[in-house]
Amino acid sequence: MPEIKVTPLGAGQDVGRSCILVSIAGKNVMLDCGMHMGYNDDRRFPDFSYITQNGRLTDFLDCVIISHFHLDHCGALPYFSEMVGYDGPIYMTHPTKAICPILLEDYRKITVDKKGETNFFTSQMIKDCMKKVVAVHLHQTVQVDDELEIKAYYAGHVLGAAMFQIKVGSESAVYTGDYNMTPDRHLGAAWIDKCRPNLLITESTYATTIRDSKRCRERDFLKKVHETVERGGKVLIPVFALGRAQELCILLETFWERMNLKAPIYFSTGLTEKANHYYKLFITWTNQKIRKTFVQRNMFEFKHIKAFDRAFADNPGPMVVFATPGMLHAGQSLQIFRKWAGNEKNMVIMPGYCVQGTVGHKILSGQRKLEMEGRQILEVKMQVEYMSFSAHADAKGIMQLVRQAEPDNVLLVHGEAKKMEFLKQKIEQEFHVNCYMPANGETVTLLTHPNIPVGISLGLLKREMALGLLPDAKKPKLMHGTLIMKDNNFRLVSSEQALKELGLAEHQLRFTCRVHIHDTRKEQETVLRVYSHLKSVLKAHSVQHLPDGSVMVESILIQATAHSEDPGTKVLLVSWTYQDEELGSYLTSLLKKGLPQAPS
Amino acid sequence: MAAHLKKRVYEEFTKVVQQQHEEIATKKLRLTKPSKSAALHIDLCKATSPADALQYLLQFARKPVEAESVEGVVRILLEHYYKENDASVRLKIASLLGLLSKTAGFSPDCIMDDAINTLQNEKSHQVLAQLLDTLLAIGTKLPENPAVQARLIDVACKHLTDTSHGVRNKCLQLLGNLGSLEKNVAKDAEGLATKDVQKIIGDYFVDQDPRVRTAAIKAMLQLHERGLKLHQTIYNQACKLLSDDYEQVRSAAVQLIWVLSQLYPESIVPIPSSNEEIRLVDDAFGKICHMVSDGSWVVRVQAAKLLGSMGQVSSHFLEQTLDKKLMSDLRRKRTAHERAKELYSSGEFSSGRKWGDDAPKEEIDTGAVNLIESGACGAFVHGLEDEMYEVRIAAVEALCMLAQSSPSFAEKCLDFLVDMFNDEIEEVRLQSIHTMRKISNNITLREDQLDTVLAVLEDSSRDIREALHELLCYTNVSTKEGIHLALVELLKNLAKYPTDRESIWKCLKFLGGRHPTLVLPLVPDLLSTHPFFDTAEPDMDDPAYIAVLVLIFNAAETCPTMPALFSDHTFRHYAYLRDSLSHLVPALRLPGRKLPSSPVSPSITPHEDPSQQFLQQSLERVYNLQHLDPQGTQELLQFTIRDLQRLGELQSDLAGVADFSATYLRCQLLLIKALQEKLWNMAAPLYIKQSDMASAAAKQIMEETYKMEFMYSGVESRQVVIIHHMRLQAKALQLIVTARTTKGMEPLFGMCEKFLQEVDLFQRCFITELPHLQDSFVDKLLDLMPRLVTSKPSEVVKILQATLRQSTFLHLPLPEQIHRASATIIEPAGESDNPLRFTSGLVVALDVDATLEHVQDPQSIVKVQVLYPDGQAQIIHPKPSDFRNPGPGRHRLITQVYLSHGAWTEPCQIEVRLLLAYDSSTRISRPACLDSTEALPLVENSIEGTIPFSK
Repeated sequence: MPEIKVTPLGAGQDVGRSCILVSIAGKNVMLDCGMHMGYNDDRRFPDFSYITQNGRLTDFLDCVIISHFHLDHCGALPYFSEMVGYDGPIYMTHPTKAICPILLEDYRKITVDKKGETNFFTSQMIKDCMKKVVAVHLHQTVQVDDELEIKAYYAGHVLGAAMFQIKVGSESAVYTGDYNMTPDRHLGAAWIDKCRPNLLITESTYATTIRDSKRCRERDFLKKVHETVERGGKVLIPVFALGRAQELCILLETFWERMNLKAPIYFSTGLTEKANHYYKLFITWTNQKIRKTFVQRNMFEFKHIKAFDRAFADNPGPMVVFATPGMLHAGQSLQIFRKWAGNEKNMVIMPGYCVQGTVGHKILSGQRKLEMEGRQILEVKMQVEYMSFSAHADAKGIMQLVRQAEPDNVLLVHGEAKKMEFLKQKIEQEFHVNCYMPANGETVTLLTHPNIPVGISLGLLKREMALGLLPDAKKPKLMHGTLIMKDNNFRLVSSEQALKELGLAEHQLRFTCRVHIHDTRKEQETVLRVYSHLKSVLKAHSVQHLPDGSVMVESILIQATAHSEDPGTKVLLVSWTYQDEELGSYLTSLLKKGLPQAPS
Repeated sequence: MAAHLKKRVYEEFTKVVQQQHEEIATKKLRLTKPSKSAALHIDLCKATSPADALQYLLQFARKPVEAESVEGVVRILLEHYYKENDASVRLKIASLLGLLSKTAGFSPDCIMDDAINTLQNEKSHQVLAQLLDTLLAIGTKLPENPAVQARLIDVACKHLTDTSHGVRNKCLQLLGNLGSLEKNVAKDAEGLATKDVQKIIGDYFVDQDPRVRTAAIKAMLQLHERGLKLHQTIYNQACKLLSDDYEQVRSAAVQLIWVLSQLYPESIVPIPSSNEEIRLVDDAFGKICHMVSDGSWVVRVQAAKLLGSMGQVSSHFLEQTLDKKLMSDLRRKRTAHERAKELYSSGEFSSGRKWGDDAPKEEIDTGAVNLIESGACGAFVHGLEDEMYEVRIAAVEALCMLAQSSPSFAEKCLDFLVDMFNDEIEEVRLQSIHTMRKISNNITLREDQLDTVLAVLEDSSRDIREALHELLCYTNVSTKEGIHLALVELLKNLAKYPTDRESIWKCLKFLGGRHPTLVLPLVPDLLSTHPFFDTAEPDMDDPAYIAVLVLIFNAAETCPTMPALFSDHTFRHYAYLRDSLSHLVPALRLPGRKLPSSPVSPSITPHEDPSQQFLQQSLERVYNLQHLDPQGTQELLQFTIRDLQRLGELQSDLAGVADFSATYLRCQLLLIKALQEKLWNMAAPLYIKQSDMASAAAKQIMEETYKMEFMYSGVESRQVVIIHHMRLQAKALQLIVTARTTKGMEPLFGMCEKFLQEVDLFQRCFITELPHLQDSFVDKLLDLMPRLVTSKPSEVVKILQATLRQSTFLHLPLPEQIHRASATIIEPAGESDNPLRFTSGLVVALDVDATLEHVQDPQSIVKVQVLYPDGQAQIIHPKPSDFRNPGPGRHRLITQVYLSHGAWTEPCQIEVRLLLAYDSSTRISRPACLDSTEALPLVENSIEGTIPFSK
């Protein structure tokens, strides 16, 4: 029985180091190759030795697919391809291919240069790894080899994020990566057609959350910023360089534009400038508004947002600053925070989740006095706000995607086990499909019922269609023909052709049946009575009375002889060929019922 | 004269042909038939290859064919059709047949048999489809013939089993368009046929080809449009189609479900997988709501649009569309809207400063949470958040329609509409503001909502701001803080965008008038009065101060206690504003003063009937006293005109009618005066200036008649004929005056001829109205026409003079609704102190802002004229997008005019005017006899804009 096997090496009942092995109809595909942010030891990368103990990965894997550029989805790629060794193709979308190396390089710098780790991949390895990448377009069907094909769908989430459909013959699986079903200021919503895959592998970060309308969120955010700026205060927004930062920039930029505001907005430099450059380039990956207006003005060419300089932090008057990193644990954002924290007119807005132990987490939980390094006590007088801007699909969004794609099975990854449990139950209840949630290293095996295509000649099809009544799309139809299995394909041909192809002579197969009828009259008269009876019953068929005293219905022969023992009983001999089986058996049953009383 | 005669002859000739047309019709047929079809025949026979034949047919298709020769051409085409082997040529012939059968005046039943016959032997699917299309054309041409229809339906049913989707499509289309409507036909056969059509079409809902499925649904909708009542059984089939793979099928199915829900709103349908039953309209509503989160945006737009028109849906279903149960980690969370509401009701302002302010509260029963409800849950929440702005706009529109019919829903959807004010696309914002205005009768804004609404006042788009002002005019505010907030924000807006002045004042006028009791406690604050001290008198020219006063005075109108709070200078300012901005400041009953406006205020009470009567009476009087002595007539006319003008000023709703009739009477007065002149009595022609008065009168009458024809909206053809008649009289007068004052006969020839042409034209254009013009100038003139045509100009003049003096005064019937077009230029204001400076030879842009009232189709007729002091005039056509339509009959023109001039040293005045361009030939659809490009600019309204400029 054909089957699909799925083994998560990462992201099984967990968030981080997404890496899922799928083998489908003999093809092995690796989906994502991420790192885990929570670990600094071996656990940070997926265990690639699981794939094959000895022997090269390239021989085992047909391809690797990266869904988007976040490190928990691509962070282990150079390690995997260069250090473990993989030379096969790696597929990702164009924006991902462009932005991915920047983030990998950044990651490498932090690990090697700052933390001083050795035995880590080098810049050259990142470059070499990127050389193996094949970039794909949205909705482009890429033939990996003769049988395996993949196709990318738009996923929202971040620039260039994609869902991938993997298809071998008639079996297919869809991997969503991270996706977002509600559009935001710079990206559209994920979309997939009704591709009815055998398996849908979906993320489930927000398996138990239904989010509020994004408009309230945006409005709150803008209102808070606006009020502070009008009061003459300064606003600090700690962000990570890519993704949400761009959305917030656009939000503020358009608001400034609409409201004719003059206060300056700054963006801390570095990584971001390069990233913004790519956002400008990949306009087709953004949402409707940006796509439609970029001819007049590219929304990412910010008019009000300028590069930040360290010295600006001391400038008087209102301003808004985006600074990295997002959790206020180090770097520029923390420096600015320390400068501004003392003034109650100022405000800090945390746009995302903060890990425990960071300054961000402390101030969010209401701590007003912070102990900084050097035993300094920093009193926080500025206002602290929390705004959640997250780009994952919520429970409703996940259900919506399942509804759109109509899969036979659903598999949940990239989420917490407890939450998955709830969603799993919902999906099973709502859509009546099987739902799985394997842990890391656990294999799920699904049986599939693939369709087997059979070729049929047009002549035969038309002939058979002509026989029946109206063609009805929803009902199975009976056909007569010969199935030839040859050279690994199936063909349905007419029996004559099959005989010809096989070089066989045709054998006649005839059925004969005797029907006893009680009739005292002469044979000829009996035949006549049979003839007239059949004539009146079978109006649609040709019934003939032959001169030799037999009756022909189509090609079925009926003869009557007197019974050797009992002259009062006539024996009707019905004979038909194998092809006329249906009519023949009908005739016999008809005759067995007896003839109607003759009008005498 | 010769030229004139030639013209007459020519005209007569053409007339004769038309009259004899019927007698020689048979002959003509015979003449044209061979010529046209024979040429085609020869061409087709000549054609050696299919490509050639196709070329000939294409050429042939470009020329029109007369109704008489259609049949002949059809025969020829059919003949070739049978002979032709190439499918593409047959296809073209089939399409030509369809085109030909559409020819006006041709009855295609004679070719139907042939067309049906051709179907029988046709093998090519494309040609078959085209032939069926032809039959459809024939069938629609013969809607009254049931036999033909029945036959065509038979044909369609027969071909429904064809393997090609194109043929099946056309068959279904045919069924949809021709399926018999006669339900009441008693005959059994007919009854069966009607039942069949729906069943047959219904069978194709499950066709294997999506195009055929779509066609089947469309055919069903077509049946509905033609008035056939669809069966309720289709509902279940249609519901299945909602989950079709193809978007066009789903889109059409949504429509079909909507239609059925309108037809059988109260039927009961079971809910699958439970024992409950609900109303069909609710079920359909739920299903369409579901489609708002469809994968294809086309379907989403369709679904969102249709939701709006489902007014019969139950209220709890309706309210679910705005409900999206929030949860976080399986705990119920309140929406931001709910939180805002709670804060408001508990009397606390949002601190919004705590993380986890929105922390989830109660635990949710996991079993009860249904993530995708089968019902209508959250449809609008999804629709309003959609990626495509088309969907969002459709959702806003639907919200608007539903809210208009259900006040409780209006209250609920308010939060969502307010949120839409922050949409990223301006169109959506504007649409939601308009929507809010439309439902504002049903709602009262909470303070936090008002806050969001007012934040939009700072929008840099003028349209948005003005729409918002308009909205505020109609909004109910619940607290005095709200009013204060609104005022503060509006003043902020005024400071930021001074050009919004007018709009803000108007907004405050309504705001004050609506909430007198809320304004009352604010008055001391607003006027900054102090119980003990006199405060400084504010600057009277400050627009912000005027804005505050407008608010207070309008509130004071219905709040008699308020004036007690005013200080002395407020009363002075009131008097000033009442005079200068009388449209914004109402008349107040101030204590200790006589009502200054007592003669005006009674007119506020609606005395429609008396004034209407007065109008009628004074007009009657004029019309009845026809045979008064000239002096008396003149006086009476003068008085009446004066009365009418005064009436127009007093009664704004009668102003149009009064002005219109006054203008007409003035024309008459001028005419009488001109005819009274002594000079007519002298026999000899005068070559002196004395006739100035008469010719000036003629000129003025012409001008006035043009104004009457084009400056009023609602003028009917009855009036037009009278106006034209008056103009004709003026022309006659002009002719007579010219004849009397010019030497020589030469110019007179031309004028006479032109005049007679005009008369002729008049006769032709208003032939139906002529019976009403008994005894009039034209009536008499037409009697004398044969004589006039043959007489010399001097004769003509004499006859004209006599007729003109004898003719009676025509009664002008008054139209139902008539309004005078008017315009006010708001910007540039007349007395600007700072001149515009620019370098000579370069351009400067001048913003022009004007409101137009009762102008139909302003995009094409309103022009801006700039007059420079050296007499140069420039006419500028504003872009169609510069016109906005804020209300019925009202338009707003906001445009930029580019000024430029050569050397000039001193500051000087430039005049900016609005013109109404007209084209006298369009209204009465005259043929090209008159030069149709005549477009005389008519000064509609001129307000001087002083824009001094220097080098």
